[in-house]
Amino acid sequence: MRKYFVPLAAVATAMFLYAPIMIAQAPYESTMGLVQKIFYYHAPSGMVMLVSAIVCGVASAIYLWRGTPAADRVAMAAAELTALFGLIVIVTGPLWARKAWGIWWDWEPRLTMSFVGWLISVSYLFVRKYAGPGSDKLGAALAIFGSVNVPFIYVSVNVWRTMHPKTTVVPSLQPGMRGPFWFSFLALLLLYLLLMTARVHLERQRTALDELYLAEEDAS
Amino acid sequence: MSPSLDFDRVTVDEVSRHFGRRRAVSRVSFVAPRGSVIGLLGPNGAGKSTLLAMLATLLRPSGGSIRYGTIQAAGAPPELRGRIGVLGHDLFLYPELTARENLAFFAGLYGRRDADDAARVALTRAGLADRGDDLVSGFSRGMRQRVALERALIHEPRLALLDEPFTGLDESSTRALVTRLQGLRESGAAIVLATHDLDVADGLLDEAIFLREGRMVDSLSRPEGLRAAYRRAMTGPSRS
Amino acid sequence: MIRVAWLILRKDLTVEVRSKEIVYTTLFFAVSCVLVFAFALVREGRGPEDGAAGILWIAVMFAGNLALGRTFERERQSETLRALLLAPASRPAVYVGKLLGILVLLFGAELLLVPLVALLFQARLLSHPFWLTAIMTTGTVGFAAVGTLFAAMLVRARSRDVMLPILLYPMTIPVMIGGVRGTVALLQSPPDTASVTMWIGLLVCMDVVFVTIALWTFEPLMTE
Repeated sequence: MRKYFVPLAAVATAMFLYAPIMIAQAPYESTMGLVQKIFYYHAPSGMVMLVSAIVCGVASAIYLWRGTPAADRVAMAAAELTALFGLIVIVTGPLWARKAWGIWWDWEPRLTMSFVGWLISVSYLFVRKYAGPGSDKLGAALAIFGSVNVPFIYVSVNVWRTMHPKTTVVPSLQPGMRGPFWFSFLALLLLYLLLMTARVHLERQRTALDELYLAEEDAS
Repeated sequence: MSPSLDFDRVTVDEVSRHFGRRRAVSRVSFVAPRGSVIGLLGPNGAGKSTLLAMLATLLRPSGGSIRYGTIQAAGAPPELRGRIGVLGHDLFLYPELTARENLAFFAGLYGRRDADDAARVALTRAGLADRGDDLVSGFSRGMRQRVALERALIHEPRLALLDEPFTGLDESSTRALVTRLQGLRESGAAIVLATHDLDVADGLLDEAIFLREGRMVDSLSRPEGLRAAYRRAMTGPSRS
Repeated sequence: MIRVAWLILRKDLTVEVRSKEIVYTTLFFAVSCVLVFAFALVREGRGPEDGAAGILWIAVMFAGNLALGRTFERERQSETLRALLLAPASRPAVYVGKLLGILVLLFGAELLLVPLVALLFQARLLSHPFWLTAIMTTGTVGFAAVGTLFAAMLVRARSRDVMLPILLYPMTIPVMIGGVRGTVALLQSPPDTASVTMWIGLLVCMDVVFVTIALWTFEPLMTE
């Protein structure tokens, strides 16, 4: 991954520069007009967030049962990025809703589910930062529970919300929109991979630094 | 208690343990055979408690290995823990239970079918047969120590690990504990104890291991004149 | 395994019966909780619609958080949790023992809370005891299963008092949704048994999954 980093970063930059052009050229959605275009950030971010949550869960399971330090680093990075992309989702969501339907928050099932998932990822970060010794294992258990919980959160929030009248209608994609949508998704996914690489690398450097300290102590 | 899980010696082989950047134990090696008393001596923070925790299988070493006979500590079955008895710094007693209830509970936990009898015997050994039905919260430090010791030994372990067992004991309790440990040694247990109390340890230990900042700076067989040896070990260069 | 779990449960109950500290404080807290909500939400003698169910479950979760914290604080005092881990018992058995203890405590609290909430909010909670028991049981088990694991993990951590709710509440949101919505469905007249059954089914799924994962992860979590 290392040697592809710079060329891929260049590709990602190009994609991000081109994306607004694609988005501007995409057809206007009938009811919402210009505002709907925020969807090209909102929905792919949600998908990347889900991918990241699964990565975190799997890495945590590997770490908990095999003790591979690399798995712990990946889990940590994935959790941070889950929180980041989750933040994008829950900020763009209300912005879109406000402009499109006049209210900030209406407990839409998927948005609410993302919010809960985001809370769990933030609680993971709190644990890693503040819980002191043993927090790596604590976090791992949290991530495993969190990942497994995703379907439960989805089902329960969904059923809970279907009991109330729906005010949102997530549009099914018009053909002209599919291109920009998948393009945005790929751009964000690429960004995610690059950020993961950089973050895991940072963690690896931290571990290496600890080991140097220990080696130094041994030598003295 | 399955006899197949017995062992005749505990081998500590280049064991290290670090917490982040802090090295708690660094490349310590020794052997604790049956019927011997090994002393871990050193100042606070030398790594004695960490080493004992690793011997108790509560902590995994970051480096090196611990073997109980031929059984590796890593991946050992839970039955192995049934052959190890631990007296920790914090005594592991429930203050809201009576002495008898504490002993019976742990006896049951360690698989002794005759838990109540075992508790009775242990109480007598601790010299507290008449206080058996009093809550532990009302005991003095010395009495608690005695109950805690019997709790640690109630399942007749092959390896006894004691962390500062002489803390807060008066003269007679100390002598009683020394006698108990000697009896334990006669019956074939391996005892590893960490202590500051050099005068008591003098004459009790079969081997003394001096730890400083996690490292083994010296080890003596059948030591005498521990105070002088300790001073030498702590101030001189490492001799290992 | 069952023997060990039973020993631990019996020990916990003995300790609790002697001091009754956790029982009294948890019950008192739960009742205060309900009262706070009552004063905040009741207007002109009537609570908000569906309020009773929500308040009941909130009180259970808050009280449960408190009870979990206190129970494991006790085990931390003389490092007795370590002593339990040192025993040759399988570690999941220790988990089950502690879980059962917490469940006994929470069920006891619910025995008090349900009539209290029914009284204060004129909710006919007690008219379908079988369904109510099913909902309360499955919901409480889900909450307690996650809570016992997290509380045990946090025994040696820093900031454990504030960490437990931070970890526990987001994770148990689906359980709360299931419990509250199931109870609300039960309170309709006539009760919406289709929904109740559905929520109970969902809660049972959650319980099975959570307990299974907890049993799997308890061992690697407790060794350092």
